[in-house]
Amino acid sequence: MDSSPDVGQKPPDPPLSVIIATDCGSTTTKAILIEKVGQEYRQTHRGEAPTTVEAPFEDVTRGVLNAFAEVEELSGRKILEGERIITPAREEDGKKVGVDIYVSTSSAGGGLQMMVAGVVQNISVESAQRCALGAGAIVMDVLAANDGRLPHEKIERIRTLRPDMILLSGGTDGGTVTHVIEMAEYIAAAEPRPRLGMSYRLPLIYAGNKDARDRVQEVLGEKTALVVTENLRPVPERENLAPARTKIHDLFLEHVMAQAPGYKKLIGWAGAPIMPTPAAVGLIMQAIAKRDGLNLIGVDIGGATTDVFSVFDGLFNRTVSANLGLSYSVSNVLAEAGLANIMRWVPFTIEEQVLRNRIKNKMIRPTTIPQTLDELQIEQAIAREALRLALIHHKSLATGLKGVQQERTISDIFEQQATGRTLIDMLKLDLIVGSGGILSHAPRRVQAMLMMVDAYEPLGFTVMSVDSIFMMPHLGVLSTVSERAATDVFERDCMVYLGTCVAPIGQGKEGDRCADYTITFQGGRPSETGTLTFGDLKLITLGLEERATVELKPAKQVDLGQGKGQPATREVRGGVVGLLLDGRGRPLQLPADPQARVRALTRWHEAVNLYPA
Amino acid sequence: MAHSYTPGLTVTETTVLRKKRLLPIPGTVTAQVGQDVSSETVVARTELAGKVHVVNVANLLGAAPDEIRDYLVKREGDRVGRDEVIAENKPFIKWFKTEVRSPIEGTLESVSTITGQVLLREPPRPLELLSYVDGRVVEALPDQGVTVETACSLVQGIFGIGGETWGELVMAVQAPDEPLTQAHLKPEMRGKIVVGGSFLGADAMSRAKAVGAAALVVGGIHDKDLRELLGYDLGVAITGTERVGFTLVITEGFGKIPMAAKAFALLSRHAGQKASVSGATQIRAGVIRPEIIIPSPVTRHPSPDFGKGEGERGGLRIGDQVRVIRDPLFGRIGQVKALPHDLKQIETESHVRVLEVEFADRTTAVIPRANVELIEG
Repeated sequence: MDSSPDVGQKPPDPPLSVIIATDCGSTTTKAILIEKVGQEYRQTHRGEAPTTVEAPFEDVTRGVLNAFAEVEELSGRKILEGERIITPAREEDGKKVGVDIYVSTSSAGGGLQMMVAGVVQNISVESAQRCALGAGAIVMDVLAANDGRLPHEKIERIRTLRPDMILLSGGTDGGTVTHVIEMAEYIAAAEPRPRLGMSYRLPLIYAGNKDARDRVQEVLGEKTALVVTENLRPVPERENLAPARTKIHDLFLEHVMAQAPGYKKLIGWAGAPIMPTPAAVGLIMQAIAKRDGLNLIGVDIGGATTDVFSVFDGLFNRTVSANLGLSYSVSNVLAEAGLANIMRWVPFTIEEQVLRNRIKNKMIRPTTIPQTLDELQIEQAIAREALRLALIHHKSLATGLKGVQQERTISDIFEQQATGRTLIDMLKLDLIVGSGGILSHAPRRVQAMLMMVDAYEPLGFTVMSVDSIFMMPHLGVLSTVSERAATDVFERDCMVYLGTCVAPIGQGKEGDRCADYTITFQGGRPSETGTLTFGDLKLITLGLEERATVELKPAKQVDLGQGKGQPATREVRGGVVGLLLDGRGRPLQLPADPQARVRALTRWHEAVNLYPA
Repeated sequence: MAHSYTPGLTVTETTVLRKKRLLPIPGTVTAQVGQDVSSETVVARTELAGKVHVVNVANLLGAAPDEIRDYLVKREGDRVGRDEVIAENKPFIKWFKTEVRSPIEGTLESVSTITGQVLLREPPRPLELLSYVDGRVVEALPDQGVTVETACSLVQGIFGIGGETWGELVMAVQAPDEPLTQAHLKPEMRGKIVVGGSFLGADAMSRAKAVGAAALVVGGIHDKDLRELLGYDLGVAITGTERVGFTLVITEGFGKIPMAAKAFALLSRHAGQKASVSGATQIRAGVIRPEIIIPSPVTRHPSPDFGKGEGERGGLRIGDQVRVIRDPLFGRIGQVKALPHDLKQIETESHVRVLEVEFADRTTAVIPRANVELIEG
């Protein structure tokens, strides 16, 4: 966990008027053009092309140039002179030429893959894991001195993994060195080899007990490209993730990227360090949370993985669920969630064998799209489960520090709280940002909203939004050179506000009163009053630029964050979907009887006009 | 925009394949450029470092870690036998003597005076890399491996499990829509590459294992049967290391789906010939498809023109043969009849690029381009 170290004091933004940014993904390289229009920055054109890291091209810049060419064609701006980016932006003979800066992120070739090791599983190792994830890595495995594996099993595991780099931590500064040296000896014995390239030594960052540095140097100095930095858990009560995270980014550029085909050239073109894609998304999330003083959850659900980001009370966390995705890993969602959990969201019945075969066929042909309505509904059901499982995973890692001594007073006797509680408090959550094809490109925006509401079960009042065309990585890396340009575009072109979800906490019999509501609209529209009953889902039109005040008087067992039965009033914002009053109860429970479940789903879907009739 | 259709699986009578055969770690290349090789030829070899075993000598002797060198009877680099004493204390009374013995045969690799541990390593394990296909070595990569070139017929599958194998190709069924059943699998199919038609069920899988077939090639299987065969639910399509008794290649997908007529006809033509088969599949970046390679007995060394004329395609064309790869028409094969340029709204309300396909029975359908696969070759 990290209190936004990367978005602190920055030099003033340079004068930029035209920016081109790319995200080199595993399969597609996406370019966006940002131009200053009047006094504000806007995203004006975009282009994309297949990523060319692999054979037969084996040069990432080919894909980048192809994506640029599409932007050139659409914008009429000449960006390239042969294979050189023209800078700065200007007009020549009345024609637009050049850009002021080029920035990029990358997750090509599988992104940054790391292994973390430490001493105590829920102390130094968990901090190391948070550090690597926050830096944008996929954590392939987590090794701890006390993880229950025998020494030879640990060594064998390290040897077979082939990560891009290893982060080793353990021990508080001045504490015992034995256990962290033990882990160093295991790593040395395994003689780990990097994933890319046969000939260079694997980068290893040591961020543990400072008293063990000399010994770690002796054990690992010859066998790895060792980099020593500050202890990421110097005392049990404090994490210090920023120095190790900065080293991860440096080594990502110097070692990992330098091995990937064409990246040396790409690094030369870029006006700012190339960042791992998720690290850039994390940056923009932190910037927005800081600017508006929000608690937020962001999610990027892709074909192979689902990334979850959160900022609560200024603390940033990121997790990646490496095998929860909707194409390459769709079958794994089935394996992890179970068929019953997926089927509970499907408003019809289907034979198990047929559904299983369909899911496997999507896994082996991941680029296909749902052609029929029932296929779309199945895919959106799977998305709900992938989102739900990824948030559970995130909650388990986005926690307060564990292993910390707590001082207790007499009053604590009545309210015992364990250390290491999750930081994710859905009642304090202000904003959910959804991203990824299934959310950003849902045929109806309300589908994206309901997928997130069903999966996350937000409590109380929560604003919902989606990323329009997945430009958060571009904006994250851009924020390192021009925070204003990044936040301008984020607000105006990236975020699509869906509206606000209002969800009372509590349960009751279907049809019983959940809360009485009064909605007072700004701008003279007559107010609306009514009763939300249990099992109800109501959608009230409230446009993008509109605001309203919602006053709720809940039933005695129902809580809106003010205590059971206590009324709550809040100003809410509208969006392309509107104001969703969710009386289905929290926790959300679906009828167990299949026919009753289908009836309930159908009723809810009709209430919000979720699918075509 | 990139091509909005899925590049298809190759089914071709004549092609030239270059297979890179690389060691996992540096070693010795044993084949020379220009050498003719068969699938069993060793082209490179190396030694995989032995497993490491950790013995905490300090704990076992009740000594301080920084004293353990005084108790060791073996030094770094010494060979040790199983149960051989590697450390011992020297008490005044012999009865109290404690000996630490090696749990393995190998070498004493390192001693730590911080942790009190001794690391022992088993002897290295030799690894021989085989050619896998019949052909000729055309490139040697020092310390890493070789490239083997073969003129062959090739059928790519969509999904497979199991590693590399080879054997005689036999047709077990008469038609591409005929399922491969227990009754088709005979004892004489031991060590052979058995081609079925539309489907392979759990009972036929058991029979194939009992018979000892080297590989099975069929149109489709049920996911539940795969789960039973593997013993777990496959989450991500990265395969090739499974050991289920045979290598399995499916050419069409999950379900009962007739094998594409072109693939079935090609395999039928080569019945009786030797084929090399791999079930390794990787759908993510760095795509690997399962394959059936039938080296050409007459054109083992290709002329410069062999297999040419297929080149890189620009995209879908009218008249191309395509396979539908998503419901509701999954598995059907037809010809591209029209390629409208404009986006079209489909049942889900998405606006996508589509094409019109005509099937053998003269019926037509409008399908998103993302949901067809070109039958290449």
